Amino acid sequence: MSAVDFLLWVRGPGLAIASIIFVFGMTLKLFEIFMLGRKKNLAELRGSGIKEGFVTIFTRSRHADTYSTRHTKFTYYSGWVFHLGLFITVFLLTPHIELFKSFLGFGWWALPTPIVDLTAVIAMIALLAILFHRITNPVLKYLSVGQDYVVWALTFLPLLTGYMAYHHLFFRYEWLLGFHILSVCILLVFFPFTKLTHAMTLFISRWYNGMMGGEKGVQQ
Amino acid sequence: MSDDKTLAEVLRNQGVSRRGFLKFCATTASMMALSPAMVPRIAEALEQARRPSVIWLSFQECTGCTESLTRSHTPTIEGLIFDAISLDYHHTLQAASGDAAEHAREEAMKENWGKYILVVDGSIPVGHENYSTIAGISNLKMLEETAKGAAAIVAVGSCAAFGGLPMANPNPTGAAAVSDIIKDKPIINVSGCPPIPVVITGVLAQFLTFGKVPDLDSLGRPMAFYGKNIHDRCYRRPFYERGEFAETFDDEGAKKGWCLFKLGCKGPITYNACATTKWNEGTSWPVESGHGCLGCSEPRFWDMGGFYNALSTPTIDIAKTAGIGLAAGAAIGVAAGALNRAKKAKATREHETVTVDDLEKGEKS
Repeated sequence: MSAVDFLLWVRGPGLAIASIIFVFGMTLKLFEIFMLGRKKNLAELRGSGIKEGFVTIFTRSRHADTYSTRHTKFTYYSGWVFHLGLFITVFLLTPHIELFKSFLGFGWWALPTPIVDLTAVIAMIALLAILFHRITNPVLKYLSVGQDYVVWALTFLPLLTGYMAYHHLFFRYEWLLGFHILSVCILLVFFPFTKLTHAMTLFISRWYNGMMGGEKGVQQ
Repeated sequence: MSDDKTLAEVLRNQGVSRRGFLKFCATTASMMALSPAMVPRIAEALEQARRPSVIWLSFQECTGCTESLTRSHTPTIEGLIFDAISLDYHHTLQAASGDAAEHAREEAMKENWGKYILVVDGSIPVGHENYSTIAGISNLKMLEETAKGAAAIVAVGSCAAFGGLPMANPNPTGAAAVSDIIKDKPIINVSGCPPIPVVITGVLAQFLTFGKVPDLDSLGRPMAFYGKNIHDRCYRRPFYERGEFAETFDDEGAKKGWCLFKLGCKGPITYNACATTKWNEGTSWPVESGHGCLGCSEPRFWDMGGFYNALSTPTIDIAKTAGIGLAAGAAIGVAAGALNRAKKAKATREHETVTVDDLEKGEKS
């Protein structure tokens, strides 16, 4: 297979297969979760809890608890740095926005490429540090399972191949672009069936927790 | 017909000065990324070179490649060099036709067997022998016959090099590249739709100078001309870096000369000399004239997901395919959810309550 054939395959059938599996898996998972249902709350409600649900989505990302911050400072800060770097890299690079625009029908403002290049490097360094922490910390190492390392690699590869493609490192650009898109396809395929689903379920569970907290208690 | 005049004699007869000739040699050396010390060697080799016999076969093509090579605004030195080769057969340019033309080809082949250069433009239809014929001879047969006695083959244009537009999906004629058919001869692919005129004369000059095929890339193209990426050599590259893109062909960005990536420029995956050599005697090139690069020197550029779609976009309708996933996921998700609920309800129904007394009885027994 030539570089062009490979690139055409990943931009076409490869991406189509990956996107079908991704959307299928995520829809299946979300439907299953939502259809679990909840027991009827027989107590009188303090409020609807809807607002508290939305507030909790954001407040849980802020470590107000000084006790746990002291113990997990590294996880907290490296997690923030990585996720922010990944978010900027995925959503604020012009070629990526063009991809979203092609199926959403609209695009948005992009950052200059060297800035996104820097955020990608920061995200990769944070990921490497997180992996090092996981391997060297005895508790984390004990708690880690094979899937934790797999999802780490699945996330790291698109960043690495994207960085290599932008800088034309080691291979010709069409191969690198193909590798980059392929790594994203693999990520999409595994996404619904691994811990990576937290990218979506995180907001749902946080909202539920906040909403239930908001329902309880005595109205002032 | 081939004659015994050297290239230098031919050029002198055409009024080219020694100075002009050396200037051409220096330009050629520079284009081929050779040391300036090589200029005298190129000059010497070219001066001594006998006019090589060239047989030019045109198959499934549009004559754009021939136009590109022959149509110069003023008689350029490249044009003269082109005249200086002994072009023994070219059915667009030659005066002869019919049997006489074919006879000329056969004679040239016989006279220069094993020494002539075969230039091919156009793809070869292998779907059926009658799809494209010359004097009743199928393209495939003519290529196989003529290639046998060639010293080397130069596949001019993307059709001969990679199949080109005739090979575009669904490739109705079964179009194939020269390298798909001929396996036992050195083949130099000079791709482009059409290729830059100076690139073909440069390749011929290199062949005449060194008597061997130049360094080729993985696609069989001379590294000297196809070694660099358009995107890397593009004068609009700083706008790409700054995130300044033209959104349409007539917006402010387009007027300011911003990057054409969003308008489908395929520069990042294209290797050619356009950005440096330019066209029409160095006047301009597609990106400079405001249109994105089509990637015409690359294989399958015609099927690369649309000329005006950004390179990072999919070549298929992702929204449609994702819709299939959404519908299937929703249907199976609802079914799985319903099954789970039914299982839960069944478990609740079948649940038998146990009292303390029952447990105590159980312990006693």
